[in-house]
Amino acid sequence: MKTLPSVDVVIIGGGWTGLLMAKELGSRTALSVVVLERGGPRKTNDYGDDMDELDYTIRFRMMQDVSQETVTLRHDSSRRALPLRQHGSFLPGSGVGGAGEHWSGVCPRYLPDCFEYGSKRLPEDHAIQDWGVTYEELEPHYTRVDLLLGISGKAGNIRGKQIEGGNIFEGWRSAEYPTPPTKIPYFSSMFAEAAKSLGYHPYPVPAATTSRAYTNPDGVSRSGCTYCGYCETFGCMIGAKSQPTNTLLPVIEKRKNVSIRTGAWVRRIVHDASENKGKASGVIYFDANGQEVFQPAGLVFLASWTLNNTHLLLLSGIGEAYDPTTGKGALGRNLTHQVNFSAATAFLERPLNRFMGSGASGIMLSDLDGDLFDHSKLPFLRGGTLSARSARSLPISEWGVVPESVKATWGPEWKKAALHYYDRTGRIGFSGEHLAYRDNYMDLDPVYKDHFGDPLLRLTLDWRENERKMADYVITKAIELAREMGAKDVTPFSGLQSYDATRYQSSHVQGGAIMGSSPERSVVNPYLQHWQLSNLFVLGASSFPQNAAANPTPTILALTYRTADAIVDRYLKNPAPLA
Amino acid sequence: MRRREFLTQSAASIGGVLIYSRQVFRLSAQANQSIRIPLRFFSQAEALIIAAASSRIFPSDETSPGAREAGVAVYIDRQLAGPWGRDRYRYTQVPFEENAPAEFGYQGKATPQQIYRQGLKDLKGFNRLGPREQDQKLKQIEATLFFSLLRQNTIEGMFCDPMHGGNIDMMGWQLIGFPGPRMSNYEDVDTHFGEAFRPKPASLRQVTRGKVRPSEDLE
Repeated sequence: MKTLPSVDVVIIGGGWTGLLMAKELGSRTALSVVVLERGGPRKTNDYGDDMDELDYTIRFRMMQDVSQETVTLRHDSSRRALPLRQHGSFLPGSGVGGAGEHWSGVCPRYLPDCFEYGSKRLPEDHAIQDWGVTYEELEPHYTRVDLLLGISGKAGNIRGKQIEGGNIFEGWRSAEYPTPPTKIPYFSSMFAEAAKSLGYHPYPVPAATTSRAYTNPDGVSRSGCTYCGYCETFGCMIGAKSQPTNTLLPVIEKRKNVSIRTGAWVRRIVHDASENKGKASGVIYFDANGQEVFQPAGLVFLASWTLNNTHLLLLSGIGEAYDPTTGKGALGRNLTHQVNFSAATAFLERPLNRFMGSGASGIMLSDLDGDLFDHSKLPFLRGGTLSARSARSLPISEWGVVPESVKATWGPEWKKAALHYYDRTGRIGFSGEHLAYRDNYMDLDPVYKDHFGDPLLRLTLDWRENERKMADYVITKAIELAREMGAKDVTPFSGLQSYDATRYQSSHVQGGAIMGSSPERSVVNPYLQHWQLSNLFVLGASSFPQNAAANPTPTILALTYRTADAIVDRYLKNPAPLA
Repeated sequence: MRRREFLTQSAASIGGVLIYSRQVFRLSAQANQSIRIPLRFFSQAEALIIAAASSRIFPSDETSPGAREAGVAVYIDRQLAGPWGRDRYRYTQVPFEENAPAEFGYQGKATPQQIYRQGLKDLKGFNRLGPREQDQKLKQIEATLFFSLLRQNTIEGMFCDPMHGGNIDMMGWQLIGFPGPRMSNYEDVDTHFGEAFRPKPASLRQVTRGKVRPSEDLE
């Protein structure tokens, strides 16, 4: 094994969190920073020729190579886990920019009460806990995220003042969005009208597919969205969608103290309890040529995709693995996904021209989110958002959706119906909160290995009654909305059965290395600093104790900003536990 | 949209695009016109069966073309010969579990190449049957993994970018009014409400004026 000269900072993963930390430390300090990214390199304008649904959406060109590493899944701990042999319910990215390159760019904030559940009635088997940070503390960082990405939207609550047309239910914001809402396609505007007439409060989806040309506080400029419709699973061909490569990389590339090594696959975080107690000493990785390398570092950031963070901590033997039978150990607990599905598929009379739009242009409503509606007669807790967006409207993915009255799945009758409905079909999507439960967790799989011979990460995960009943309830609301939009035929979601690894739900898988105020029940403190190794910080959604209904990227980036501040302002002066 | 136009155009584009040679597959475009398309994976007999079966899944009729005219068999041939057909995109470590619950996805050992070869054994002579017998035969295998792959691949071949060998002349896109990778809809996205807006389709290579290479040609 080759040992390299020590650097001040090593960052594992070149996605949103890793590159944001690299940008902050690279700009605000003179520290030497090395980012290790296991995928390939990317440039700021890399996507001029990627608009191919087959290779990018169907064959997942931008995603983690599952032939080398995947995860296994079982629905409860009495069963044998099976590997997810193909991409399905979530899509981890690979290469510089990570999953931040192929995202849709939907950018709501979390509701303030997501961070502190307080004394709500909770299911017996829950594992919900507070984050150790409040919305009040995060708000300034959320605002920095809005400005960094140039998020397009309409505020509904500026410092407590409710504003019609925005999301009047959102937590207070210190300022209006930096860019106005995106244009709204036909189907979404129909949804807005129907929602209003049913008494809801629809608002434009906060979008990182920026509505007009924008220059952020770092001086990085991007063009405005042209609504080509190639967002999710693609990099933006004109750079209108904020991505790490067009938002962070232009700053990083100017910093001589930051370098990015691609093809560098980190296998272990090194820590020697006897020699250097309470510290990580660096990382071991395989470089692009297959050479094993030890990179010593003073400060280590684990910033890979959410599940891979937990995997690497488990492989490195850092922290006590969670045991659901005793409740001991914090590493791997509180695995959550998100209650996401097409709640109602509406078959309409008029053509929708739905090839036009962006991953985040559309309308959503929060009237059924969190505790914002009356649950007193409802058999479930919390809720989520309903939305009508134009994402994923490409023909291979969308062909063949027909009303339930059409029984054929191939042949002349099917073709005729599918042709008629191809551009008359719209989806009302639901994104709901997923509570944490004691028996939804991660550990190492005893059978299946990655291509280095290390055990795969094993997910033990299934839905509970709360999610199933929440789904049943919102489906009825989505049907009402679809009818109000004039849909002659409506296909409701079939309901949540067992967790289905083949149906794409969202890439918002959370937990495993959660944050909190107690070392017994969390892996990192509220500054994302590891409780046992004070020079190790674990960034990203692995820190979320439970999942909210909203898309997580703004919250992930706000927490990263807060950690960067704590490091620059406090840790570098006194490298010790921050909490 | 008249069928004759598709066929005339497709003949020209096929001749200009295909440069590979191994086996040669004869596709009847019209009674008096045939186009020789080199094959990468199928034998000629297999390609004729796949062309016939996919055109029962996505048939042509008096109003519009289907899988046969769009070159779906050519698309499937190239996919099977490429990384997807060899299972390059799947985690293939043992143990396999042939009877796994559906929510875990396909857990078996066979690659798409092997699934097609096995499935084709049950369709010997299929292309010489009449349409009704063909449909009966397909109904018998409807529940098989082979059929579900063939159905999915047929849809892909109808609507993929033409560089993948299917959707010849963008006839699949023309059918549904999809314009392909259109660089800007800025002026149109919030207009045309309630009426069909159908810009002329353009393929990725036409839009980028570049030589984009599909994944099946990369390895």
